Amino acid sequence: MAAPEVHHLFHAPIADHSFSSDRSTLAVARDNNVELYKRSGNAFRLQDELRGHDKTITGVDIAPRSGRIVTSSQDRNAYVWEPSKNGEWKPTLVLLRINRAATCVRWCPSENKFAVGSGARIIAVCYFEEENDWWVSKHLKKPLRSTVTSVAWHPNSVLLAAGSTDGHARVFSSFIKGTDERPEPSAWGERLPFNTVCGEYLNPTAGWVHDVAFSPSGDALAFCAHDSSVTIVYPSAPEQPPQAVISVSTQLLPFTSLLWSSETELVCAGYDCGVYRFSGSSDGWQLTGTLEKDTSQSRPGMEQREESALNMFRSMDLKGRSGAGVDDTKLKTVHQNSINTLRAYDESGGQVAKISTGGVDGRVVVWNL
Amino acid sequence: MSQSLRPYLSCVRSTLTAALSLSNFASQAAERHNVPEIEAASSPELLLNPLTVSRNAEERVLVEPSVNSVRVSIRIKQADEIEHILVHKFTRFLTQRAEAFFILRRKAVPGYDISFLITNLHTEEMLKHKLVDFIIEFMEEVDKEISEMKLFLNARARFVAESFLTPFD
Repeated sequence: MAAPEVHHLFHAPIADHSFSSDRSTLAVARDNNVELYKRSGNAFRLQDELRGHDKTITGVDIAPRSGRIVTSSQDRNAYVWEPSKNGEWKPTLVLLRINRAATCVRWCPSENKFAVGSGARIIAVCYFEEENDWWVSKHLKKPLRSTVTSVAWHPNSVLLAAGSTDGHARVFSSFIKGTDERPEPSAWGERLPFNTVCGEYLNPTAGWVHDVAFSPSGDALAFCAHDSSVTIVYPSAPEQPPQAVISVSTQLLPFTSLLWSSETELVCAGYDCGVYRFSGSSDGWQLTGTLEKDTSQSRPGMEQREESALNMFRSMDLKGRSGAGVDDTKLKTVHQNSINTLRAYDESGGQVAKISTGGVDGRVVVWNL
Repeated sequence: MSQSLRPYLSCVRSTLTAALSLSNFASQAAERHNVPEIEAASSPELLLNPLTVSRNAEERVLVEPSVNSVRVSIRIKQADEIEHILVHKFTRFLTQRAEAFFILRRKAVPGYDISFLITNLHTEEMLKHKLVDFIIEFMEEVDKEISEMKLFLNARARFVAESFLTPFD
């Protein structure tokens, strides 16, 4: 397995990041701005900055086909950025009609809608209104009882999953007349008017749900919660209890992000700073390993002892620290702080070959699966 | 390190490591605000169960986690009057300089001697495991410091009494 590609962009948390479809542009949320990086050789160079928000940016997403960028921020706003002819980015304010922070944003696969989660216990489903020439929103609010932490789209662009700090992962219908085509009936539901709740799943310990995701086919839902567990739900039929709800609890710190790499494999990352893999099916799931390569065993003992003696004198000399205390400032993992988001980097035929992670330490890392 | 101190500190360490899983979370009670939820306590679902780790009746640590902040309160060992005075003076010295300590809270939680307030901004700016190390080291050092001060005080009292009583010898 090739080593992960590490890009240390700056010393500030990356709340969200997104690659363009040709993977030459990287949009990174940094404080109140979104920075656009262009790939040059093996590194990323800062190219442009999207200014406009006046509080921390919480989400950024590049639409793969149209190239439009949507950003959400704690200042209660969302903007859609479109490239103009002279290479500048033109923002359009979205009428979200929320009065608390926007927490997350994602384009739907058909790219004519996006969903914004918020702290006002509302999900704003936004679509473009031709006659008024602006982005308007419809609100999903019924059973939400706390801040929405994440949203994820079903491949049919109608069903929307949301995780919330009230411990629930929910599946809604976001069908908008005139924008969407009537979806095929699936295990989640047959008739899907706006704000139909197709599923509501409580985490066993009512821990905050950090992230939700639909499987590539859309027939399963996974969510990770603050009790360090990952739960996978397989629905059976509309209005019926699910066929299987599998909860895998781990001894690790909670996961903040998860991604289906195929129909039978999940990748999760979070406060443990590492990336972990899960695999299974509707019969059961388990943790299968980590993407970090183990560096502790590869070194022969003699060399290590010599090095530690050298390190000891160096630490006495430079840091005024006496004795054999090994330098434990650096973590063994690639990321040196929590990982915030996990994204598919290279995907072909429903199989993800490469993923990218963005962390609080200001690093974006591309991993081979 | 004494026999009972090691499990006590390792317990505090693992509690803190788990509690420091913080995220940038805007207030859902006030518009355009981002406040430590453990202090605001405006939404009960954002607070986790507080946890007390005690070594004995006098020494304990209270960890109160929430979605974007953790409050850690420490009760330092006070066996007698002198130690009580010393701890009071020592913590007063520190809390008056709270700005320089970043994570120190200006006022201790009732029943405790010193409190730290760690928010998501601190865990983003500093290394999480080093923050835990700092608190553990503080707990180790403070006991040592207090007993050292007490010994020094006793020695000085003896010396003063001796020199005071010399003329009457």
